[in-house]
Amino acid sequence: MAQTIWLIPALPLVAAAVLMLTGGRLASRSVAVVGVGAVGLSACIATIIAIGFMRAAPAGDALSVTLWHWMTIEGFAPTAGLYLDPLSLVMMLVVTIVGFFILLYASAFMEGDEGYSRFFAYMNLFVAAMLVLVLADDLLFLYVGWEGVGLCSYLLIGFWYRDAANGLAARKAFIVTRVGDTGLMLGLFLLFTQLHTLQIQPLMQAAAQTWPQGSSFASLAALLLLIGACGKSAQIPLQTWLPDAMAGPTPVSALIHAATMVTAGVYLIARTHVLFALAPAVLLAVAAIGAATLLIAAFAALNQHDIKRILAYSTISQIGYMFLALGVGAWSAAIFHFMIHAFFKALLFLSAGAITMRLHHEHDIFRMGGLANRLPVAFWSFLIGSASLAALPIITAGFYSKEMILSAVWTGGGQVPVLWAAGVITAFVTALYIFRAVFIVFFGEAHTEVTGRDLVRIVLPLVVLSVLALVGGFVETPGLFGGVTLFTRFLASVFPPTPLPNGQAEGLLLAVAVLISLSGIVLAWRLYSRPAPQFLAWTRQPAIIAWRHFFLSGWGFDWLYDRLFVQPFLALVQFNRLDAVDSFYTGLAILARWLHRLLHDSQTGRIRWYAGCLAAGSIVTLAVAVLR
Amino acid sequence: MASVPLQQAMILAILLFALGLAGVIMRRNFVFMLMSIEIMLNATGLAFIIAGSRWGQADGQVMFLFILTLAAAEVAVGLALIIRLRHRLDTLDSDAANLLQG
Repeated sequence: MAQTIWLIPALPLVAAAVLMLTGGRLASRSVAVVGVGAVGLSACIATIIAIGFMRAAPAGDALSVTLWHWMTIEGFAPTAGLYLDPLSLVMMLVVTIVGFFILLYASAFMEGDEGYSRFFAYMNLFVAAMLVLVLADDLLFLYVGWEGVGLCSYLLIGFWYRDAANGLAARKAFIVTRVGDTGLMLGLFLLFTQLHTLQIQPLMQAAAQTWPQGSSFASLAALLLLIGACGKSAQIPLQTWLPDAMAGPTPVSALIHAATMVTAGVYLIARTHVLFALAPAVLLAVAAIGAATLLIAAFAALNQHDIKRILAYSTISQIGYMFLALGVGAWSAAIFHFMIHAFFKALLFLSAGAITMRLHHEHDIFRMGGLANRLPVAFWSFLIGSASLAALPIITAGFYSKEMILSAVWTGGGQVPVLWAAGVITAFVTALYIFRAVFIVFFGEAHTEVTGRDLVRIVLPLVVLSVLALVGGFVETPGLFGGVTLFTRFLASVFPPTPLPNGQAEGLLLAVAVLISLSGIVLAWRLYSRPAPQFLAWTRQPAIIAWRHFFLSGWGFDWLYDRLFVQPFLALVQFNRLDAVDSFYTGLAILARWLHRLLHDSQTGRIRWYAGCLAAGSIVTLAVAVLR
Repeated sequence: MASVPLQQAMILAILLFALGLAGVIMRRNFVFMLMSIEIMLNATGLAFIIAGSRWGQADGQVMFLFILTLAAAEVAVGLALIIRLRHRLDTLDSDAANLLQG
């Protein structure tokens, strides 16, 4: 069984290679078969392996397969190996299964696009890289996957490259995440020079043995890894690239910028949680970053009018929840929310895509309206996704994962009640902003006519993801709702148990969660379903409009970074155009041109002139030789 | 046989060479330029003969035979080139053949 793990990342990689080498010469039907089939096949293998793993857990609750030795240098022998434990198993299942349904959807969504084959080549390359990232047993091999997904993200954001704005968004995503990647790379250097290995399990053991709790090396290494995680997972201060990344096709946003790649930072921290546990200060920073990000992104989402940007800010905000959970040491809660978030956010993006492709690619929610009856499938799936995101009590999966995080924050971050308050306020704003979108898009007057019809390949993924977004949460429920702990027990060999409240506190927290979610939805209904005149008048006050613009621009981070980094950099570049090093080489060029002009005039093409020069030269040479 | 003084003979050779060179530089007609080159070659040959007779060595005459052969070959190639140029440019003016100017 263990010997077949390598097939899981290899199949999409082979499909990507086939699609790249044929370069669009395949018929679109065979492109879809290759592109979707490869990921489907690896989803099947992943499921079989997972079932085998759960039936009879291997020794140590982990499988380790060394594929090959990368290189062997004195004291440095990294291996390319795969490591399958419950954590990477969950990640692998989400990536392959959600990935398969998104690709199935994409095979209909991208129909007729001239880059159909290129799209599937990139998507398969992405899935392969993401699987390498989650399955790698060595941080260096993980870094290969890490950069691979970054590259695919860049390629797919700029997929419609003829529009210059898309290329700009792709470059921005690449450069901003590169800032984080540099931090990660420095972190790897530090870990290697101090602990002499990058293999994750021995590395974690060595870290726990070598470094005492709170030592400066452990803190520095954890901080550098955190910078990398912030870049990839779009957390403050490196969150600005994600809203612009929506320039890519919708299935890309669903797979890369919602379900999988942007949670790589969460995975990295969870994977190296032993190191983070050694650095309490950094762990607090993780929680603080998560809390700040989720609050800021939720307010930004409340004021967007592009449906995909709402979902983008929502993704940033939800990953903030995962960071918050990681920061208080609730590792399994973070991974649980990652899984549920992958289900409902992929569902939300796909149903948003199902709406826009029927509305001539209209993205503005104020130009939609009244779609509930005309697009029933998209309506129900978007509604289920929104309910799960808003943590509608009991029936949705999002309720269980978010509730778990909030109770873990209540117990774990007890000294810092601000963290819990931020989580609760955001839960309210989340329900408000997503149901604002629901009421504006699906109710009220229609503004744009609907064309086309529902395709099976569009509907099937929506149905499957809807079911997952509803029932996915029943693998882990709080004590008052049956106390199922399948998920945490499954991850018990990877993570230490999360302290959760019980008794009265648990009941109180549940009541707060239920109340917050419901009141958010009700308020959204009151405000946006049939807006009262007073509310509309209030939103049109100059001060409120200024605030709305501030939130719309994502709290002005783009403006700030433009002033702080981009403009000074451009000024430096401008200044550096005439720098000293350059001027020396320019001087050489000018001298050469000047000499060229001098000799150029002597080349008259007249043979008599040449003969004369030859004679004069001979005479001078002779004169020198004789008279010297 | 009364021998010619070396110095006077050399002056004659130099004069002949200078006349030939002047002809090459000043004449524009290809045929005259070719003839001037012949004069220069003969001047050189004369210098070899004089030197050979002065030191009583046969080398000078051998060299003259070489120069004679060279001159014959040079005339053959030169005349062929002149005919080609005449076909191409419809003139024998060497200044008209300045297509390779910089």
